[in-house]
Amino acid sequence: MTGTLILAEASASLPVLTVLVVLPAAGAALLAVMPRTRPDLFKPAAVAVSAANGAVAVWMMADFATGADAARFQYVERYDWLASLGASWHLGVDGISLFLVVLTALMFPLTIAGIDAEHSPKPYYAWLLVLEAGCLGVFCALDLFAFFVFFEIVLVPMYFLISRWGHGRRNYAATKFFLFTMFGSALMLVAVIALALLHARASGSAVTFDLVEIATAQAVAPTTARWIFLAFALAFAVKVPLFPVHTWLPDAHTNAPTAGSVILAGVMLKLGAYGLVRFGLYLFPEASVHFAPLLLTLGAVGIVYGAVVAAMQRDLKRLVAYSSVAHLGFIVLGTFAINTEGISGGLLQMVNHGVSTGALFLLVGMIYERRHTYVIADLGGLQKSAPRLAAVFTVVMLSSVGLPGLNGFVGEFLVLLGAFVAHRWWAVVAAVGVVLAAVYLLWAYQRVFHGPASGANAEMADLGWREMLLMAPFLAAIVFMGVYPKPVIDRMEPAVDALIAHIDASVDRFDEPVAGDRP
Amino acid sequence: MMAQIGPVAAPAVDWAGLGPVLALALGAVVAIMVRTLARRLPDWVDWAWTALVAAAAAGAAVSLWGRVGAEGPFNAVGDQFGVDRFSLLVTAVIAVSVMLVAPVLHGFCQREGWSGPEIYVLMLLSAAGGVVMAGANDLVVLFLGLEILSIPAYVLAARNLARIQSLEAGLKYFVLGAFSSAFLLYGIALVYGSTGTTNLVGIRDYLSRWVVLSDAMLLAGLALLLVGLGFKVAAVPFHAWVPDVYQGAPTPVVAFMASAVKTAGFAAVIRVFVVAFDLRSGDWQPAVYALAVVTLLTGAVLAVVQRDVKRMLAYSSIAHAGFVLVGVQAASGRGTAAAVFYLAAYSVLVIGSFSVLAAVSGPGDSRTGLDDLRGLNSRRPALALGFTVLLLAQAGVPLTSGFVAKFEIIAAAVDARSFWLAVVAMVSAVVAAFLYLRIMVAVYSSPDGGDGAGDAEESAEPLAVPVLTGLVVAATVAVTVGVGVLPSVLHDLARDAIPALVAAG
Repeated sequence: MTGTLILAEASASLPVLTVLVVLPAAGAALLAVMPRTRPDLFKPAAVAVSAANGAVAVWMMADFATGADAARFQYVERYDWLASLGASWHLGVDGISLFLVVLTALMFPLTIAGIDAEHSPKPYYAWLLVLEAGCLGVFCALDLFAFFVFFEIVLVPMYFLISRWGHGRRNYAATKFFLFTMFGSALMLVAVIALALLHARASGSAVTFDLVEIATAQAVAPTTARWIFLAFALAFAVKVPLFPVHTWLPDAHTNAPTAGSVILAGVMLKLGAYGLVRFGLYLFPEASVHFAPLLLTLGAVGIVYGAVVAAMQRDLKRLVAYSSVAHLGFIVLGTFAINTEGISGGLLQMVNHGVSTGALFLLVGMIYERRHTYVIADLGGLQKSAPRLAAVFTVVMLSSVGLPGLNGFVGEFLVLLGAFVAHRWWAVVAAVGVVLAAVYLLWAYQRVFHGPASGANAEMADLGWREMLLMAPFLAAIVFMGVYPKPVIDRMEPAVDALIAHIDASVDRFDEPVAGDRP
Repeated sequence: MMAQIGPVAAPAVDWAGLGPVLALALGAVVAIMVRTLARRLPDWVDWAWTALVAAAAAGAAVSLWGRVGAEGPFNAVGDQFGVDRFSLLVTAVIAVSVMLVAPVLHGFCQREGWSGPEIYVLMLLSAAGGVVMAGANDLVVLFLGLEILSIPAYVLAARNLARIQSLEAGLKYFVLGAFSSAFLLYGIALVYGSTGTTNLVGIRDYLSRWVVLSDAMLLAGLALLLVGLGFKVAAVPFHAWVPDVYQGAPTPVVAFMASAVKTAGFAAVIRVFVVAFDLRSGDWQPAVYALAVVTLLTGAVLAVVQRDVKRMLAYSSIAHAGFVLVGVQAASGRGTAAAVFYLAAYSVLVIGSFSVLAAVSGPGDSRTGLDDLRGLNSRRPALALGFTVLLLAQAGVPLTSGFVAKFEIIAAAVDARSFWLAVVAMVSAVVAAFLYLRIMVAVYSSPDGGDGAGDAEESAEPLAVPVLTGLVVAATVAVTVGVGVLPSVLHDLARDAIPALVAAG
């Protein structure tokens, strides 16, 4: 072992991560007991709680030790949970999860503040806060039991958000979402337990669900580990979603309320992608290397398939949903290139996709609020009536396309670089996807914003100051991370290097594909 | 006729060990006697007394728990009735079930205009039978316990005289129950024929000492025992009575049947198969494996296609029985602990769920269709939220007792290397989740039948929920979430609940 993945000694006395996870849940409980007679208080309370959480996350990012220290888990907390079963409340962040935690903790206050509940505000905000707690828990958990609990619990609030506040066939979409993801994680539960028990048997230690311990020991026989990895990978593939188990995503997105779509795209799709890194590469280095071609292929297929299907959509929201399939294909491609560039690019893309696709869904939601339709053919010429909306949409869309100077470019470039070094032809296929992304997004933009405006399109209201204020942080992040990604990469890279070193040490004859190695 | 009949040696009786059974049985007798003499007593006396008696039984079990810890398992009556931590935990589950069902029954009886203590007395007697089964050290005692458990349950199922389905349920339950008793008796006879004893200790000793070479009779006996007990725990293909009986019987009675009766049945299965026939586990494990697979899949799939919520929960209870069978199949200490954990968690869950239905079903106890639940959220938001938690727990969502219970079962199966069975169980859980989602969709849709938003403002006719029923639902929800967040207490209890067979002496 390289020694870089050791636990930090009980670092901070303040349980930052527990606060991050528990605070929103407590906020939800608070909302639940607030009097019905004061509906005007629900939203401010939810905003206050989630904003406080965001502040904690930002403070943590500033306080996060950089350099070599960024590779180890920080703010580690560990308490017994279900001691007799070997499960513990073990939380920690490293450079890999840090930005996902920050993204989550900032995305929620923006979404909660920016979008009003259409009805029943009390359960609406309460479920959003529960969702925040669950998502943060997934990114912080370093115990397989705790991870599974959080990974699964996020289904419930999202189910209710879609089925109670959604549109169209919301019950169908919500049920499909719930069952698809539950099916994936059902097999993962068996795999989690099998891994813990087999690890205990192989290493002769007591049963533990501790991620770091199991990953460090690598005690389970490789052939068994491959089976277990497949069960994990299936769960994550559904959650990501990877082609061909992505079919719940367009339905969920199309019928979800705007806040649901933003959180789904911005945060929840990262749960699976993050899982592939932390509970795929880190936990099963050998199996990951073994199955990398499979996942690379699925990722590449997803890129092209998502792009082609997105180009054919008549519904703007569905188009953005399919573009997510393509983007997530990129992330998986980078991750399973298994080199520093690829994984860093994938991680960066997770954050980028959260920001830009989250913003896209917000904008699409704003158009829907005004025009009550997502159908592209019914829209047109919006640029004239809503120039500010068009301008913001342009920037966000270009970030999603991967224009240099905006955030999407950096991540996409790194992914392609990593993939090209490792597996040339997959990178070529993925590069086609980049071109296609430009095609479908620009084409959609053209149809929605250009051309003659007629009827309601001509009289559509532009963005108000509140909406501009909501979009401002997204635009700032898009530009900042495009121009100066160094602070992010500085914190990310050491952890990625440590991960590569971990894989290197655990897998025979594994050499990290490095740029320049080949003739 | 010619044989000399000597004095029958009275077995040594440890009265304290019989505490829970005596409390329940005597409590039932006192209730019926006092109420016959003093007819003017208010109605609430019945449920209060029932709950008190059940609490006394639970208290006796708790004090015996400590004694078993100090002195080890012992026999209460000769070598016929054992007291170990397994039987005590099962006793506690049964007693707590009675305590939770009694207040719901009170509200239900008031709404239906039933008075008199009979229904409570029958429930107490049935519970006493369940406790006997949990501790039975002899197949004959087990059979007696089973009959004491079942016969009151037949009557309870048919109690709603105004409803033809209730009578049908009682009759069906009775006929099939008698049928299964016959199987069980035949099985006992065959086991006696091949081992020479009906005593579980004796059977285990016999099997450990002798190799039964021509074991066809023993295997047939085992098979018949499995069929007889399979009826009681509603394993597929012996489940046919469940949907009709659950749909027809008065709703609080169903809560009792799905919790206490099922728990007692599984206690008997574990006692006979996992403990007494431990050495023949190679013979019965494949059979239980097959039963578990069929039970899991049939229960989940058929639950989904129902239109009546009581029927849905009936089929889902079959799927849950499949989960417990997975724990039994492991034939290990871990499996037994997991099964007991599951039964305890599920009993609380199912009582809560049927309590909600008892409140919703309306006068006559017939409004339990999926459509009758529509708009529950706008009529009674708190009740809807509680019901949601209970349903999610049944689906196995984390931070509820249902998840931990499934977790324990899967761990036991994986530990016994039954990986595929674990996978089948989880697949069945996903299929069953669809059922709970269907119910939740109805609960949160608007009452007019449309797919409206379900605003609290557009509330339909108010729903009268008896205070006691509401409290029971709240208590079950609290236990469900409490065990889900901090499962250690129940986990350790279940881990310590080791069944034991103690020889006489």
